[in-house]
Amino acid sequence: MLKFILKRLAVAIPTLLVLIVFSFILMKVAPGNPFNGEKKLPKLVLENIYARYGLDKPEWRQLLEYVWNIVAHFDFGPSFQYRDRTVNEIIAQGFPVTLTYGCWSFVVASVVGISMGTLAAIRQNTWLDYFAVGITIGAQAVPNFVMAPILTLIFSLGLHWLPGGGWNNGAWPNVVMPVIALSTSYMANIARIMRSSMLEVLNSNFIRTARAKGLSGGRVLFGHALKPALLPVISYLGPALVGMITGSVVVDVFFSTGGIGSAFVNSALNRDYSTILGITILLGALTIAGNLLVDVLYAWVDPKIRY
Amino acid sequence: MPHFTKILAAGLVCSTFLVAPAFSAMVPDGTKLAADQTFRYRVLDNINSLDPAIVEDVDTASVVTSIFEGLYNEDAKGNPVPGAASSYDVNADKTVYTFHIRPDAKWTNGDPVTAEDFVYGWQRAVDPKTASNYAYYLGLVGVVNADDIVAGKKPVTDLGVKAVDDKTLEVHLSFSSPWFVKTLAHATMFPSPKAVVEKFGVDWTKPENIVSNGAYKLVENTPGERVVVERNPLYWDNAHTVIDRGEFLTINDENQGLTRFMAGEVDQTDVPAGQFPAMKEQHPDEAYSVPQFCTYYFSINMADSQPNDGLKKQEVREALSLAVDRDVLVNNVLQGGQQPAYIFTNPHTAGFTAPTVPLEGMSQDERDAMAKKLIADAGYGPDHPLKVNYIYNTSEGHKKIAIAVSQMYKEKLGVDMEIQDMEFQTLLDRRHAGDYEMARNAWCGDYNEASTFVSLFDSKSEQNDSHYANAEVDKLLADAKTADDPNPDYAKVEEQVAKDVAIIPIYFYSKVFMQNPAVKGWPYDNVEQIWYLKDLYKVAQ
Repeated sequence: MLKFILKRLAVAIPTLLVLIVFSFILMKVAPGNPFNGEKKLPKLVLENIYARYGLDKPEWRQLLEYVWNIVAHFDFGPSFQYRDRTVNEIIAQGFPVTLTYGCWSFVVASVVGISMGTLAAIRQNTWLDYFAVGITIGAQAVPNFVMAPILTLIFSLGLHWLPGGGWNNGAWPNVVMPVIALSTSYMANIARIMRSSMLEVLNSNFIRTARAKGLSGGRVLFGHALKPALLPVISYLGPALVGMITGSVVVDVFFSTGGIGSAFVNSALNRDYSTILGITILLGALTIAGNLLVDVLYAWVDPKIRY
Repeated sequence: MPHFTKILAAGLVCSTFLVAPAFSAMVPDGTKLAADQTFRYRVLDNINSLDPAIVEDVDTASVVTSIFEGLYNEDAKGNPVPGAASSYDVNADKTVYTFHIRPDAKWTNGDPVTAEDFVYGWQRAVDPKTASNYAYYLGLVGVVNADDIVAGKKPVTDLGVKAVDDKTLEVHLSFSSPWFVKTLAHATMFPSPKAVVEKFGVDWTKPENIVSNGAYKLVENTPGERVVVERNPLYWDNAHTVIDRGEFLTINDENQGLTRFMAGEVDQTDVPAGQFPAMKEQHPDEAYSVPQFCTYYFSINMADSQPNDGLKKQEVREALSLAVDRDVLVNNVLQGGQQPAYIFTNPHTAGFTAPTVPLEGMSQDERDAMAKKLIADAGYGPDHPLKVNYIYNTSEGHKKIAIAVSQMYKEKLGVDMEIQDMEFQTLLDRRHAGDYEMARNAWCGDYNEASTFVSLFDSKSEQNDSHYANAEVDKLLADAKTADDPNPDYAKVEEQVAKDVAIIPIYFYSKVFMQNPAVKGWPYDNVEQIWYLKDLYKVAQ
């Protein structure tokens, strides 16, 4: 197992390098530049700015220096858009925010989703099942860009319970709505996957055997059915976790959390090269880590899988 | 930007404000002030840099003008009023200005504000090492040697500004300028604390490091969330400041901004396009529409390399301009109190008398009839329709205008306008490179004088996206630089441009916003929308 993990980590490095080179090329090919505005900058002024950020050098050299700074100093360079900040600072400020509401969303989505899916499966075709299926379909049909304004209309404008935005250093009233808005559609997916896989497992032969042995419903469920039923959910949870902790643009923009999601989109729109690259690398590394985690969990859940 | 050598702004009589009273929160006697004097203002996610030498957009400028102060500020109508300087002297030909800095002006660390701080601040702004987007501003307003320093031809110490003593600043201009004092409210002209900048480098604007000289000091700056400033007790006019705390809250979505305004979380927010009539009806005391110093227009590419031959014909361009029903656009599409535009220069520009171009004097029926005739004369008709391509950047408002205009063209002239929406950066690149037929464009004045608009028609201007070149216009613009009153020349430029139809003006902007009725002192009449937190106050409700 350890060998497997080390091997995967070794592959991760070239993968990230390919990601950097590919993003760098895409970025340079895209029209525009970070200092473009409705008013065109005088040529001399633009030249000074390019010299300040090393953009006057040949592109292959910019790429090499960029990679070298990351490898040697873990320095992702200065942001071109937020001129008095570095990319390291932007990530250090935004990522903890996203991580906080992302982790809460993950917990809420998986706990509620798995319980709801399980309940629906063991009480199949009862009002409980219909209720759970109804909620999940509803939650899936309402995307978060619709959910977010509805939440603010109810909880901020209507009831005055929660602030309609801001982060306030992670005070809980500021966290509630981002978590609900982010977790609902994931929760719905998890519940749906859990329900169908649990139904399949409950109808399989080894469960019939367990029941025939006279085991109680609870023992059958927790001792025999739950683990195999979780398998498809786990393969979904990996990418879902990465998706949630890397933030949602919609949530960041609507609730002004200052998270990494809005920084990512803004930097792409403003051609803030260094910030796009920095966040892309972060997301890439997290995705690789997330996939690795899923594979390790697989081996734990399913005894048939051995590395 | 063209570099003009001499512009006289009529309506700007500088001698009258040689010594003007300071401007602050003007609270009438007997006013009951609110207990909580916190002003919460919605901004977009673009608080880029709080370094006055680097700031470029209006939202960031509103933060920077609350924590820093230049020599002169603007009052509610946009006239200069003393800031860090208490008065100035000017020589007879208006090329040497001497400013007297207040003895009681202090930095937030208690150090006195000196003339040397301004010298350093201005030198930083033009220093190629600072790489400021607005480095060209000092050259634009005439400070000696500014352009050569930006070009790297001269050292920063050659800049035409020097400290005669601690409290006396002398500025040398390369041309006679009666309106120089009007340019000082721009953040590029603010002072910088040398010791702090040199000690912390780019980190000097961080809340824990920053030293500033304005009415407020920075306490928090979280990108994407908020910037918080609090009253600076060392500010020279602190006794007349009322607002204790300013919160600049990032809310990117306009509708969310409106919801949070309704929930009482922000004191001021913009109204989304099309919602102004409803807001005005439901909240008449809170909805505002005031003129803004910007013009919305279509650029027509007149470069020889532009492939559409139709657009090269004057009568075709004229027909396209005539057929745009501006009243429908402002009254039915935008609905925010915008004004139809038939020329480029904003009518609120100080000293400028807008000429009445023929287009403006006609009724829309007359315009349509003339447009039909012109397009037929040019050889286009139902069996041979004119095709044009129009590009704009993705936005609900731009899209509505593009669709409405293409509809007008189709119905009235049988012209097929293909509309193409794209990312902002792509639009900018294509427009600046001249790779388009027709494009959405907008321009906001940098200072309150008509040259900030008409100089775009100079064939040598870098901002001339239309690649419009008319020797007569170039000559008028050159003459204006030495004229006692350049405004008649500007009016002639507008008339010539209207004749050549180098652009299609659409409308003059308005700033449409909701404001908490408790907030007083907002400068509604300042068309440049320059406002100071220190001039506001909140009354008890």
